[in-house]
Amino acid sequence: MTDALLTVEDLTISFPSDNGPVPVVKSISLTVAREIVAVVGESGSGKSLTGRAIMGLLPCRAHVRASRMLFEGIDLQTLGPAGWNGLRGSGMGLILQDPKFSLNPAHRVGRQVEEALLLHTKLSARERKQRALDMLARVGLPDPERVYASYPAALSGGMGQRVMIAAMLINRPMLIIADEPTSALDRGLQDQVLTLLRSLTEEFGMGLLLISHDLQQVSRYADRVIVMRQGEIVERLPASELAQAQTAYTRGLWAARPSFATYGTRLPVFEDSGRPS
Amino acid sequence: MTSAVSVEQLSISFPSAKTRFTAVSDVTFSVEEGQTFGLIGPSGCGKTTVLRAIAGLNTGWTGLIDIFGAKLEPGRKITGDTRRNIQMVFQDPYSSLHPRHRIAHILGEPLKVHGAEGIDAAVGIALDRVGLSPALAGRYPHQLSGGQRQRVAIARALLLKPKLLLLDEPTSALDVTVQAEILNLLNDLKASHRMTFILVSHDAGVIGHMCDRGVLMSHGRIARALDRAALSELTEDAVEAAAWDETPGYRGN
Ligand SMILES: Nc1ncnc2c1ncn2[C@@H]1O[C@H](COP(=O)(O)OP(=O)(O)OP(=O)(O)O)[C@@H](O)[C@H]1O
Ligand SMILES: Nc1ncnc2c1ncn2[C@@H]1O[C@H](COP(=O)(O)OP(=O)(O)OP(=O)(O)O)[C@@H](O)[C@H]1O
Ligand SMILES: [Mg+2]
Ligand SMILES: [Mg+2]
Repeated sequence: MTDALLTVEDLTISFPSDNGPVPVVKSISLTVAREIVAVVGESGSGKSLTGRAIMGLLPCRAHVRASRMLFEGIDLQTLGPAGWNGLRGSGMGLILQDPKFSLNPAHRVGRQVEEALLLHTKLSARERKQRALDMLARVGLPDPERVYASYPAALSGGMGQRVMIAAMLINRPMLIIADEPTSALDRGLQDQVLTLLRSLTEEFGMGLLLISHDLQQVSRYADRVIVMRQGEIVERLPASELAQAQTAYTRGLWAARPSFATYGTRLPVFEDSGRPS
Repeated sequence: MTSAVSVEQLSISFPSAKTRFTAVSDVTFSVEEGQTFGLIGPSGCGKTTVLRAIAGLNTGWTGLIDIFGAKLEPGRKITGDTRRNIQMVFQDPYSSLHPRHRIAHILGEPLKVHGAEGIDAAVGIALDRVGLSPALAGRYPHQLSGGQRQRVAIARALLLKPKLLLLDEPTSALDVTVQAEILNLLNDLKASHRMTFILVSHDAGVIGHMCDRGVLMSHGRIARALDRAALSELTEDAVEAAAWDETPGYRGN
């Protein structure tokens, strides 16, 4: 595909151990164009590490190898620190899985949301603040002024998550990697945030790699879905076909959902759960 | 009375730029022993703040909190038996696991305090029960995936066999198959050790599966008490509506 924003080929990530290197992501390939590509899969299957590898943010002990990692023609494997600084926050953005961990506890929320504007635009302080307040409102925060002036410790789980999303979207990157961006949000807010992300892909031609364990959400908002298991891609399919997915694992994901009707019963568990170590 | 927890007219506010910000106001509910009680409501409505007060982590509240017949006092830390009886699984597991301690230590430490023997074996069993390989014991929290960290936090809370377990979005980082294992484990332990749970979740399916009773919160207040029949009608739309309405956003109201 020539219109791909991101091309990853044969990405392998491993960690050293007493018994030699242990691969946790095994030779995966994917592309993201101006669309929403979802990555789903069980806990520990390598979703977050894949996202971090694309952003050049793996822990230093990790060993990464890929035959190609390109973002808009830029070879990410040979990019130096200056190149990365230019790219992060303007070209590509990563929304991390642990929102509070990625906010600096010592700085007010407003300053952190504005940071990308400070670094990458010439807007005045007043314009930056206005853009920040607008963005905080667009991700569904009811009292943007209070949030703007708060320290991260004063945010609820779901508020922290929305602040992270606002900080990432404010400078409209071309590609966003969002790692479980709405896991702390109720359904209404999830819809609001994903509708916003969806409209940004459509209006501005942004690409989104959406890491999520919520199959309902993925089937409603994504274009394509990649299913990972134990470091490998086990299935690729259009989001619209997720409910009829073929592999036992993908079907197991649907079967194990709790509901009002399952009260007092044991939920079916997926027997063949290989435990990655 | 067989109330495990009783909360009356609980109010909690925080200092903010101009005035104090009231996060919880006039919240009253009670939880019977052996039950799972749901705290439900939109993001920012005060669920975590209520749990932190019950756990004794925030002592700046007014009202009344009674746990297994012992009254908590505002401004005072919880001590003695009551403290041992309560454990909390945090919404944000990263912050609750010591970053410089290996998993073996994080899980083994609380057992040592209580003088348990065979700690290594106990840690291995605890990991296995939450679907993790005992080989993870040698790692640090940052060397785990998000869902693996959340399961370590659950394993840690369960190891102490608390009589009251406060669960703040315990499975929100987990895919449904792992979630199913964890929910089964929680229900098994609840039955075998007669635990009482207070569960916060934004997932109506999780609430419907787990909870005997609950309350719907909105803007720091209780919008409505929920019994099983009311839980059956609790839709995600109702929770969403509670974010906007001053009056309880609820069907038929
Ligand atoms: N620093 C590290 N050292 C060794 N192993 C690691 C390290 N970081 C992650 N891993 C392992 O790599 C595997 C993949 O981790 P990753 O965080 O990508 O999982 P994930 O798919 O995002 O899972 P989750 O849904 O639970 O967040 C896991 O088994 C994890 O334990
Ligand atoms: N330490 C604090 N200082 C100031 N305000 C706070 C503090 N802790 C919480 N708040 C405020 O109290 C309100 C309730 O927060 P809480 O964390 O209880 O929400 P929640 O219902 O758990 O939401 P979520 O589902 O998003 O986690 C929020 O508006 C939050 O900003
Ligand atoms: Mg992850
Ligand atoms: Mg909370």
